[in-house]
Amino acid sequence: MTQSAEHVLDHFELFRGPEYQQMLANKKKMFENPRDPAEVERIREWAKTPEYREKNFAREALTVNPAKACQPLGAVFVAVGFESTLPFVHGSQGCVAYYRSHLSRHFKEPSSCVSSSMTEDAAVFGGLNNMIDGLANAYNMYKPKMIAVSTTCMAEVIGDDLNAFIKTSKEKGSVPAEFDVPFAHTPAFVGSHVTGYDNAMKGILDHFWDGKAGTAPKLERVPNEKINFIGGFDGYTVGNLREVKHIFEEMGIEYTILGDNSNVFDTPTDGEFRMYEGGTTLEDAANAVHAKATISMQHYCTEKTLPFIANHGQEVVSFHHPVGVSGTDAFVMALSRISGKEIPESLALERGRLVDAIADSSAHIHGKKFAIYGDPDLCLGLASFLLELGAEPTHVLATNGNKEWAERVQAVFDASPFGKNCHVYPGKDLWHMRSLLFTEPVDFLIGNTYGKYLERDTGTPLIRIGFPIFDRHHKHRYPVWGYQGGLNVLVTILDKIFDEIDRNTNVPAKSDYSFDIIR
Amino acid sequence: MSVIEKQSVAEIKARNKELIAEVLKVYPEKTAKRRAKHLNVHESGKSDCGVKSNIKSIPGVMTIRGCAYAGSKGVVWGPIKDMIHISHGPVGCGQYSWAARRNYYIGTTGIDTFVTMQFTSDFQEKDIVFGGDKKLAKIMDEIQELFPLNNGITVQSECPIGLIGDDIEAVSKTKSKEYDGKTIVPVRCEGFRGVSQSLGHHIANDAIRDWVFDKLPADAAPRFEPSDYDVAIIGDYNIGGDAWSSRILLEEMGLRVIAQWSGDGSLAELEATPKAKLNVLHCYRSMNYISRHMEEKFGIPWCEYNFFGPSKIAESLRKIASYFDDKIKEGAERVIAKYQPLMDAVIAKYRPRLEGKTVMLFVGGLRPRHVIGAYEDLGMEVVGTGYEFAHNDDYQRTAQHYVKDGTLIYDDVTGYEFEKFVEKVQPDLVGSGIKEKYVFQKMGVPFRQMHSWDYSGPYHGYDGFAIFARDMDMAINSPVWKMTKAPWKQAPKPLLQAAE
Repeated sequence: MTQSAEHVLDHFELFRGPEYQQMLANKKKMFENPRDPAEVERIREWAKTPEYREKNFAREALTVNPAKACQPLGAVFVAVGFESTLPFVHGSQGCVAYYRSHLSRHFKEPSSCVSSSMTEDAAVFGGLNNMIDGLANAYNMYKPKMIAVSTTCMAEVIGDDLNAFIKTSKEKGSVPAEFDVPFAHTPAFVGSHVTGYDNAMKGILDHFWDGKAGTAPKLERVPNEKINFIGGFDGYTVGNLREVKHIFEEMGIEYTILGDNSNVFDTPTDGEFRMYEGGTTLEDAANAVHAKATISMQHYCTEKTLPFIANHGQEVVSFHHPVGVSGTDAFVMALSRISGKEIPESLALERGRLVDAIADSSAHIHGKKFAIYGDPDLCLGLASFLLELGAEPTHVLATNGNKEWAERVQAVFDASPFGKNCHVYPGKDLWHMRSLLFTEPVDFLIGNTYGKYLERDTGTPLIRIGFPIFDRHHKHRYPVWGYQGGLNVLVTILDKIFDEIDRNTNVPAKSDYSFDIIR
Repeated sequence: MSVIEKQSVAEIKARNKELIAEVLKVYPEKTAKRRAKHLNVHESGKSDCGVKSNIKSIPGVMTIRGCAYAGSKGVVWGPIKDMIHISHGPVGCGQYSWAARRNYYIGTTGIDTFVTMQFTSDFQEKDIVFGGDKKLAKIMDEIQELFPLNNGITVQSECPIGLIGDDIEAVSKTKSKEYDGKTIVPVRCEGFRGVSQSLGHHIANDAIRDWVFDKLPADAAPRFEPSDYDVAIIGDYNIGGDAWSSRILLEEMGLRVIAQWSGDGSLAELEATPKAKLNVLHCYRSMNYISRHMEEKFGIPWCEYNFFGPSKIAESLRKIASYFDDKIKEGAERVIAKYQPLMDAVIAKYRPRLEGKTVMLFVGGLRPRHVIGAYEDLGMEVVGTGYEFAHNDDYQRTAQHYVKDGTLIYDDVTGYEFEKFVEKVQPDLVGSGIKEKYVFQKMGVPFRQMHSWDYSGPYHGYDGFAIFARDMDMAINSPVWKMTKAPWKQAPKPLLQAAE
């Protein structure tokens, strides 16, 4: 017996004790009908080969360990970015339990969302009654100022019509006629969570700008000097939106952040649970139609939203999740051009500090090879940053990236001498990445928490940047955008590089001559 | 923080009844009527908890429940380690449940073991329109090619499968034949079926019956020599290693565990279970179905047990031993005696720090009742409890063996109700899930996740109890709770913004 009250052993120590090891070995041998260890070893080695990679890349139907989620997750993420807004997902209830858990595991925050709890009878007769009851209950219980509706794949497959359902619900008195219930169809079998972000954002703007589903006059745009900002689906939304506000304020630009969930995903522990906190006010959401321009930080999160906004007469500009010096330069210069305001010295200073940091450290990053996976825009932003550090983003993979995205990544490679041996992989998953890491090894892997399986299997050290990050805490509180964000990303990468050097040089009398104090 | 300890049972009952009446006021009339049936104050001596259960959740109320897919893939099938479980449908379900349940296992992941991987058919619009059967067949071929050491495949249906009329049974049969009788199990666990995870458990149990047991050749020789002491652990998902810290006790008392369902389990173990002399059942809710089936078909008795906390563990070891001869009965006493000093030390260390503290629970299958004894071993009191997806037989067990007079009972609690109850009852600890954790911590209430053990565990068995006690102590007595209010501000009262 190894457990003790004095020093309580956790799972990772407890089961390494001899009693448990013996027990587990017996279990395997006697009852699991295990494979021959030599055969397991043979297959394990085979799975590292170019031959396996070829078979792996020939897959047409099976997806293994994808790096994408489904549309409604993005819709829920958008909804909570508006003042006192309750996300309402029409369809099966289990989905909502999943979105809430997923977001809570990443942000370590509550995630409020309701479902219309459709079951078999709704599958047969449609979910109208679920919508009628659901809106009434949610409205009475949670006192939202707005309920933003999206759909699970169940409701989409049976063809429920949100517009008609919401209209009927209002007629039946579920919510007052003038109560805001924007909606978006978000089928899980189209696109990914970034598509859901796009659809939900467009749905909310459409609601406020274009006559609230035929119940109000369309807004007449009276152009003003404001700039709208859309962040896109972003695991760093808390840190990033605050950094973006800082940049707008430094520049003296009036702005509206559309879908500002930076506060609802960062509430204090002070004795009060805030179901709603911060967010774009409904008034601001409506008035955003008058803005001079809208900037999207993530092109692939706003593929439908930006054209919709452009059709209302605004200039629209999109970026690919800019990280680092050039990316942030382009962002602030676009702000300056659109607003007519000069970039203040304070931002030039911030920029100079980031360049200073890169100059101090780039020798350690220069020439290193990286594999990156994540959402399409994040991949583009990180690949560009690595190239400006003199590093090589050797493998760039997005499960939810398409051919057009791949062309953009290729263009980024082509524009840099360090991009010569880099390749892009649209629509591939992390099992493909596994083959890439075995057959064309790199120095570091950048990805979300699930990259730790690749780190374990291939030995490629993982730098956690992306969504979700479940197994490290509080990363979402620090920006990766702006010059400050670039510094954070730089330090995150450097920390891993230095830790790796130390880890590889710490055997006394063998490798410790490189175990340097000064670097 | 406890306000209730100074109150009499009568006062508590009155307070709780008032509280129920108060939360019901927020609902529209029809909903209030329906929810009223799920809320009650327990009266001792009653045969159940006086609540309706296993009924559809009400739209829009923020139920905590999941779906049938979660019950099948997430709970029953997912932990079977040497089989590949295809999340069949769009990408989300498999993605959100990917490695989220901490079903520990030993194996070479990706080669002969697949638990923490996400295999999905990633349905696209064309699959919805034209059907996914051909894609499913191709997926099985690709699995066979790339993961040749898998011992079987299951198809975990997501919502669209049942709606578009796919015939996953036909695909499974065809492919099974093609691969020499390989075990391929179609599971009809579409998320819209039933009212919660619970039907998913049942469907998954039935799938084992129909596609594993019924496919076994009657004359198949056992892979091991049967013994008189063979038992199977049923309904332990090895969260944080729970099944391991349970198994070790059964083996120490002289039994031989021939199968684990389903934490760290394998197809061979499922197949061997009909040879067991006794099935010991931990999570009654999720696996009573297969236990009853094995009793009927193979004559294997089953015995519920509870490995949370020394009192219930000792009771359970003796109960299990009662099915066997003196050798095993003596073994049970030996095991109880062996661990007594550890238990004494754990209780001596933690009970003084936890004595009199109150707990409110809201969890899934067995825990809303099973963990009560463990809290009581530490001198704590469970003052409110409820189940996500219980049936009436769970509430009967709860009433007859676990809860005290006056306990607040809430079935399929809504977000609003739970917040309101905790705000008013002010327990010292809430034990529930990830969706609830941060709500209560914001309110300044210590919290432990009682699904995932808050990334700790095991909590089962004697070794697990030491961890349980330590974890409850560090939740309740963490210095952080003294800092929730700024020193220049008044003492905060938990507030419910949404209710204002």
